[in-house]
Amino acid sequence: MKSFLRDVAIVASATFETPSEPSRNEVEMLLPVIHDALGQVGLSQGEIGFTVSGSSDYLQGYTFAFVGALDAVGAWPPIRESHLEMDGAFALAEAVAYLQEGHVDTALVYAFARPSRGDLDRTLSVQLDPYTVAPLWPDARGLAGLQAQAMRDSGRYGDVPDVTPTYVGDGVTAVILATGDRARELTKTPVWIRGIDHRIEAQMLGLRDLGSSASTKLAGEGAGATNIDEAYLHVLYPHQELLVKDALGLDRQPVNTAAGPMMVGGLERLATAAKSIAGTGKRAVATATSGACMQQNLVAVLEGAAA
Amino acid sequence: MSNRVAVVGVGQTKYAAKRQDVSMAGLVREAAKRALDDAGMTWSDIDAVVIGKAPDMFEGVMMPELYLADALGAVGKPMLRVHTAGSVGGSTGVMATHLVSSGAHKRVLVVCYEKQSESNATWALSIRLPFTGGSVTGAGGYFAPVIRAYMRRSGAPDDIGIKVSVKDRLNALNNPYAHLKIPDISEEMVRESPMLWDPIRYLETCPSSDGACAVVLTDEDTAKGTPNPPAWVHGTAVRSEPTMGAGRDVVNPHAGRDCAKDVYAQAGVTDPRREIDCAEIYVPFSWYEPMWMENLGFAPEGEGWKMVDDGSTSMKGDLPINPSGGVLSSNPIGASGMCRFAEAALQVRGMAGDHQVDGAKLALGHAYGGGAQFFAMWMVGSEKPNA
Repeated sequence: MKSFLRDVAIVASATFETPSEPSRNEVEMLLPVIHDALGQVGLSQGEIGFTVSGSSDYLQGYTFAFVGALDAVGAWPPIRESHLEMDGAFALAEAVAYLQEGHVDTALVYAFARPSRGDLDRTLSVQLDPYTVAPLWPDARGLAGLQAQAMRDSGRYGDVPDVTPTYVGDGVTAVILATGDRARELTKTPVWIRGIDHRIEAQMLGLRDLGSSASTKLAGEGAGATNIDEAYLHVLYPHQELLVKDALGLDRQPVNTAAGPMMVGGLERLATAAKSIAGTGKRAVATATSGACMQQNLVAVLEGAAA
Repeated sequence: MSNRVAVVGVGQTKYAAKRQDVSMAGLVREAAKRALDDAGMTWSDIDAVVIGKAPDMFEGVMMPELYLADALGAVGKPMLRVHTAGSVGGSTGVMATHLVSSGAHKRVLVVCYEKQSESNATWALSIRLPFTGGSVTGAGGYFAPVIRAYMRRSGAPDDIGIKVSVKDRLNALNNPYAHLKIPDISEEMVRESPMLWDPIRYLETCPSSDGACAVVLTDEDTAKGTPNPPAWVHGTAVRSEPTMGAGRDVVNPHAGRDCAKDVYAQAGVTDPRREIDCAEIYVPFSWYEPMWMENLGFAPEGEGWKMVDDGSTSMKGDLPINPSGGVLSSNPIGASGMCRFAEAALQVRGMAGDHQVDGAKLALGHAYGGGAQFFAMWMVGSEKPNA
């Protein structure tokens, strides 16, 4: 969406990331990060209108894994809360829609994962068609390799970098959103969400043109991703940077890419973009991706009000 | 002010222990197609798709929106996946409502499902975490002591749960989609069924079902052109509280009371017992009906069981509860909350067929999950809400 009933801004965020967290569980990683973000704008959980998170049971290794994470939030008295089994960036999109209703004016969005304890390449293969593809256990990196080769075959990208090992990292990100005057009250440097959209493609690789990212292009158009000063792209392998830049028409803008922990990486991109352009008057695009070979993509356009 | 939201289509699959005639994609598509037909729409009319289901390990597919995007006509569109434990069917409806009320989308397809026969839900729920003891008692084992606490507090007679079981199974006989159909159901039959988790007998528990339930939500303009009468959303609310904590009352949860108050305030309801015509509420174990009567403010604390005892919650009573047969008759876990929301909508649309409550104008849909700690509700009416 790019027209809002109420303007929404990122007013604070915090991130913790490490290649492999040795001892602390998800709740223990989340607690200080959520409190850091809340503290930046002097809010307590009781003052947050809506709380929403993104995580995956499969990465945590048991069912209803997000339930325990509520202990990091402190849901007492009871809170308005929801959870998406998706990257936290999609939870942020949900929060933006929720804030339009006008019942509440702040939201906490967080994401968490600790995939270092498992075999991420193998785990991600259970995202695939359970009857015909997943039983073959194709690994995420191998599928990304097919995508890189399709890009080479298209002849549109010049040198296409080789696929690197799938990034496995642990971490959490928390973002605080606020609407209109409430945002301006909480910080001198709100970063306004001017547009946010996401689109999905078919899963079967044979149905898709792997040499381009149709869903990124559609989401970019939906979010109004034009006149961009800086880009913060969620890419899991180096060749994917070329696909996203192509889909969003980015050429000379500075581009900052990261994979980040699975389920967290997209939300982290939005948070990092917001931190970078806060108070600058600049306009940034931030992206999040999900699924094999970038099946689903989110694009957000952020504008840092000049201080 | 946010935009009005209408429910213009409802679709359900036949609920059954094993739907081996369809894949997961086939199952969700069956419900979605029926909802689109009801709405007079095709796949291309839809702007965004929201799905909800309980844990991915129930079927062994991680983040199944990726696999189901094609089957649900979502290619090129936004697609979201909600997961909030047993309340997910309700939460998904609430989140999807916001996509329309916010003006983000005009026509949203919402689909919830569970296909438990694909995997082993008991295994998925029994994964032992390091450094914690597993009770391996299932949901019934978790809730049985809570029910005992309710019986002790309220002084309810022992047969209240049995009466709920008979009522819901009789209602299910009038619902073509219901999983359990027990034509000769009687209090005697329920009483003599095996005790599973005292005081919960076999016939006082929900079945384990495969199934999907879908609704189509639209803005006000779009609803003008749909073939069947819409249900209007008069309010939505969600509340969560922690699994454990000092001050928690698991029998009458704070989060449930707050959630009900919120949705009543949005709908302008001040006397729920009098103003609401019927409700579809999440009752996986018989005794949860009287307990939720109190939590939802339909009865004073300690007196919810009297509404069961005097027949107030039966089809002939003043507040029919679960005309569809409820969770006790069909339980595709991740869809069970959406079934409640969808059945509430069918009632105020006058489209509930043989289980229609005469003249229903305002109905409540309710779902809960986790250790009775997640709540999602919506109020739907036959008339447009005030702007």
